[in-house]
Amino acid sequence: MSSTEIDRQWTTRLRRRAARRLPPEKMLPDTQPAYVASWIYVFGVTTLSALAVVILSGFILALKGPQWWHVSGIGHFVNSLHLWSVEIFFFAMVIHLWGKFFMAAWRGGRSLTWVTGVVTFLTSIATAFTGYVSQTNFDSQWISTQAKDGINSTGAGSFFNVLNFGQMLMWHIVLLPLVAVILTGLHVLMVRAKGVVPPFEEKVEAR
Amino acid sequence: MAGSLLAALVSLDGAGHYFHWHWIDISYANLTVIALMVVTFVAALFVPFPGRRSKKETK
Repeated sequence: MSSTEIDRQWTTRLRRRAARRLPPEKMLPDTQPAYVASWIYVFGVTTLSALAVVILSGFILALKGPQWWHVSGIGHFVNSLHLWSVEIFFFAMVIHLWGKFFMAAWRGGRSLTWVTGVVTFLTSIATAFTGYVSQTNFDSQWISTQAKDGINSTGAGSFFNVLNFGQMLMWHIVLLPLVAVILTGLHVLMVRAKGVVPPFEEKVEAR
Repeated sequence: MAGSLLAALVSLDGAGHYFHWHWIDISYANLTVIALMVVTFVAALFVPFPGRRSKKETK
């Protein structure tokens, strides 16, 4: 195979493009700029850490089934771990969002980073909602019957039914987490490629 | 034991308590979480980060 043919292969082009956009020193950097030494920058990684606990506790709940936590002390513990890691996930994500909003974090060609963050946030809300309707208790019955009226009034009820437990559980444990995790991965890769957004430049008075 | 003490502080039995003000209708639980987020956000802006040198030192 000639070098021209190798150059035209999609694998070659993709590898070169990836290596150009994300060289190893950007993918796993040794240091960060001095301005990152602030508490406001820790909430992104706090969100990621909470997401890891959410996924791991969700794996265990998926292994044992949606009713396990009603009949087992360990099940109740894992279910609580899942709930509280979701609480921390949203708590940290909202502060991360506020911080990035006031930093105008879409500056410097970072608009897609901002957009993937916003879409991940919206997907996470849908994931949490389908989790609340999958609790298999009176709370989930109440939430799903109330949500049904609201969602049907928008017309979205023709695409899905929040009273369909199987459908909502599959959305909660397969479709929505998959989308959320893929978007989160893309978001982190974009942050790595473009770097953390710098603060606004300080105004220097002329002397 | 600690769990029982905490449960005694905030009773989770019965209907939730709600804050009403004009069109705003929100549970005190959600209101508390929002207040904690605001406090954490402000603290994150002003609490010094460990190991960070001040601007005077860097000049």
